Amino acid sequence: MKIDRRCFLSLVIGGAAGTALTPLPWKMTDDSSIWSQNWPWTPVIAKGETFYESSACTLCPGGCGITVRMIEDRTVKIEGQTGHPVNDGGVCVLGLSGLQLLYNPNRVTSPMKRTGSRGSGRWEPISWDEAIGQVVGKLSELRENGQPQKVGCISGSPYGTVPELFKRLMTAYGSPNVMTVPSLQDSLQLTMKIMHGSDAMVGYDLENADFILSFGSGLIEGWGSPVRMFKANSGWKESGIETVQIEPRLSNTAAKSDQWIAIKPGTEAALAMGIMHVMINDGLYDSNFVEQHAGGFSGWKALVMEDYTPDKVTAITGVPAAMIQKLAKQFAGAARPLAICGRGQGDEPFALNETMAIHALNALVGNINQPGGVVAVPKPDYIDWPDAEMDDVAENGLAAQRIDGAGAGKYPLTSSLLNRLPDAESAYSLEALLVSNANPYYTMADARSFQKQIEKIPFVVSFSSYMDETAMHADFILPNHCYLERYEDVPVTAGMAQPLIGLARPIVEPLFDTMNVGDVIIRIAQEMGGSIAEAFPWESYEACLEETLGDKWETLNDEGFWVDEGFQVAAWEDAFTTESGKFEFGNASLNLFPGFNALAPEGDEASYPLILIPYDSMRLANNAVTNPPFVMKTIEDTVLKGNFGLVEVNPETAKSLGLSEGSVARLKTPKGESRVKIHLYHGIMPGVVAMPKGLGHRTKDRFTAGKGSNIKELMGPVEDQASGLDVAWGIRAKLTKA
Amino acid sequence: MKEAQMHNETKKYGMAIDLDKCTGCGACMVACMAENNVPFRDDETDKLLSVAWMRVFKMTNGKAFPDTDICYIPRPCMHCEGHHGHSPCVSVCPATATDYDNLTGIVSQIYTRCFGCRYCMAACPYHARVFNWWDPVWPAGMEKTLNPDVSVRMRGVVEKCSFCFHRYQKAMETAHYEERAELEEDEYQTSCTQACPAGAITFGDLNNPDHAVNQLVKPNNSHGGKPKNPKAFRLLERLGTNPKVYYLSSREWVRKAGDNYVKNEKLRST
Repeated sequence: MKIDRRCFLSLVIGGAAGTALTPLPWKMTDDSSIWSQNWPWTPVIAKGETFYESSACTLCPGGCGITVRMIEDRTVKIEGQTGHPVNDGGVCVLGLSGLQLLYNPNRVTSPMKRTGSRGSGRWEPISWDEAIGQVVGKLSELRENGQPQKVGCISGSPYGTVPELFKRLMTAYGSPNVMTVPSLQDSLQLTMKIMHGSDAMVGYDLENADFILSFGSGLIEGWGSPVRMFKANSGWKESGIETVQIEPRLSNTAAKSDQWIAIKPGTEAALAMGIMHVMINDGLYDSNFVEQHAGGFSGWKALVMEDYTPDKVTAITGVPAAMIQKLAKQFAGAARPLAICGRGQGDEPFALNETMAIHALNALVGNINQPGGVVAVPKPDYIDWPDAEMDDVAENGLAAQRIDGAGAGKYPLTSSLLNRLPDAESAYSLEALLVSNANPYYTMADARSFQKQIEKIPFVVSFSSYMDETAMHADFILPNHCYLERYEDVPVTAGMAQPLIGLARPIVEPLFDTMNVGDVIIRIAQEMGGSIAEAFPWESYEACLEETLGDKWETLNDEGFWVDEGFQVAAWEDAFTTESGKFEFGNASLNLFPGFNALAPEGDEASYPLILIPYDSMRLANNAVTNPPFVMKTIEDTVLKGNFGLVEVNPETAKSLGLSEGSVARLKTPKGESRVKIHLYHGIMPGVVAMPKGLGHRTKDRFTAGKGSNIKELMGPVEDQASGLDVAWGIRAKLTKA
Repeated sequence: MKEAQMHNETKKYGMAIDLDKCTGCGACMVACMAENNVPFRDDETDKLLSVAWMRVFKMTNGKAFPDTDICYIPRPCMHCEGHHGHSPCVSVCPATATDYDNLTGIVSQIYTRCFGCRYCMAACPYHARVFNWWDPVWPAGMEKTLNPDVSVRMRGVVEKCSFCFHRYQKAMETAHYEERAELEEDEYQTSCTQACPAGAITFGDLNNPDHAVNQLVKPNNSHGGKPKNPKAFRLLERLGTNPKVYYLSSREWVRKAGDNYVKNEKLRST
């Protein structure tokens, strides 16, 4: 048949009309949309009466108050507690996701005994009686052999009743080896000891300062108490207060500040010294404070004038001399200027003479214990138990040198040196280790060396609620309740300018067969018997907490927090308890003065031409807590893409290495290597590579494991001679195309 | 006559986000996810597939070190009014699954009507809409944290920010119960506004001169809601979508980045 024009047209038109008239296409569209929306499981969310419970967040040292929205017995959402002195209604990304930590699939659901090799993830659930019996058995065995000092204990924070119970257990048992996870607070408190002569914490009256000079502190990246910092930052913006950020990378804090001073990495303290040189030289300091209330100025002044002229500081830092002059004039010219230190979130200690340098800068303008200044805040002192009685074994054990070398010999001032575990000169090694509220296997700087030390300890007990890296490499896990299931006092230590305690309260019944770590310590002690049991007269942890908090208990239970209303900042006449009774610009007998250490990062320049520095992000939890799914969702695809972590490289540097956006590269440091992707970022100094902390978990948590690399495994130690703390700020590195 | 029976004044709920205060911390994103039962998957790094109603973008001024600058910009749904409610997505929806509410100015999304054609996603100039390629799955037990005020979405539908409309409904219920026709400013606030630790987000009725959001942006309603505050701007203003989300920034490059400008073009002076 011949197809002519007429035939063709009638076919097409007829076909189109036919198709439009039959129900078939419409039916098919309808069916396919129904099919595509078939849902095998329809969650029906139960309704009910809504009410709110308040508690304290324990996920970071910030000490925020939280309000949990409840529907019947269900927790629905965490919000910030309105009227709380720290966060007043605000809440951070991690705090908001707390319920996903409660229901986290990575939680440890009962006491566990390891059955496979360490890290293999093979466990056998055991009863609490057996778990506690095993720990008591091991501890008793060591004591019977007269070696109680061979038990070590790692705690996330030194403050609060749980760390105090651990300390008490170790004292009554006979081990000096109570260690805490290192932090900036360690360096700051040593600074207070030397310059103020007092055993105090450092608080900052940020809200009343009128010029902020930040030496690399991630003021809006989790430094201090994060929500408080966000609020302070907004306050500065509203009242037009100038902030200056000094660091080699354009961080969020640098971008938000009025001036970003891009400085060579690790040289921040030199700039502080340069600024002080100009201030002293031009007489731009508070002579009343320096002459009347401070000592040691003239001796130290000579050192500043000699070693830190603007030209010399320019050579060290790369900051032009004119800028140093300008900063000095701005700082000295402000009414309530404030200098702040601690890189990033302030998780890592700072060299002691360098924190002293920043503190000296505040002292030069007389901004100590003043509105808008640095405030010496007393350490939490509400825990006032009678001293534990010790038997002979305990006394002998306590007389032993600490395994980490802290508090004696080279480091008389430092109270804990987890990074030096074990001290090379130690006469013994640890036989048992208890780890609570910490994940040092993942978080410790120079992680690989630390991991090897943990592997050598034959008996490791983790009290973690989650199967984190430390728990995976332990022998027994005695899981703690999640923070929403337990009581715990939270003394707020993160730079608040007044003493403050929060109380975490059980909002829900424990979901699993877990036990409050406080109760576990009390039970261990009581089963040990003798003088150890006598040191723990409490029936339960809750009874202990209630007795300890005394008249604060009611306030804490009702409001969720307790503020020391009567706290008054000490006047200069009474503030300093050094030998001279004055503020000291240094300590001649320790030969410690504010200054700058040219601490070279590990590695030689020829093989490792670049410098790798870590950076912090609010969207990456990098302490004992691992990112819950919601927080993982907020991570940008320029930080994590698939399982690749991205490192920030300046386009100029990348070009010289033949690397472009998204290309896969090998990042090698003297400590290890990792496959990464490249993110080109103009905000990073050429020759520097920046990698976020908080990635590269090696657990079985499907939301975080195997994503990116853990920078702590690529970093090596740099020891501060004065304190023994690890103050590494970076490491030499090499990037090659993979 | 009882106050509750009086005619309601027309509202125009909107938002002003102060980019000078925004720290890019991400709290608004998670506050939104937790409030609105937003699902999550093992890998969320492919942002084209990742379901999020509020997303914080990072912008840079494109200058080389050390003159580089960055700024974060949170992006909820803009709840465009267009011309008399003709927002880009509403005009194209064949299922009337998304609609413009003239009483509140909120653009709704009705999941049970949506059949997943995604015209609205193509039409939205702000990428504020996302498609559910998978059924949501919560790890065992975590479904207990779901909010009963917000329905859970199934595979095959589009979802987006609702300005926490369920909070408006709850507040109105309370108001009716108390025989009031009008809401107080703080009675209805979105989850992101409430959570923002920097206090960067202000939410309220743009038509109400007593509300902070109105005072911040000073919208000119006779000119499509253009802000009179020279620090304020809207995303892609020149498209004429008439969005109800305003941004405030003291940096000119940020304000310029909010729209497409030809090189060396001057910003309009208000």
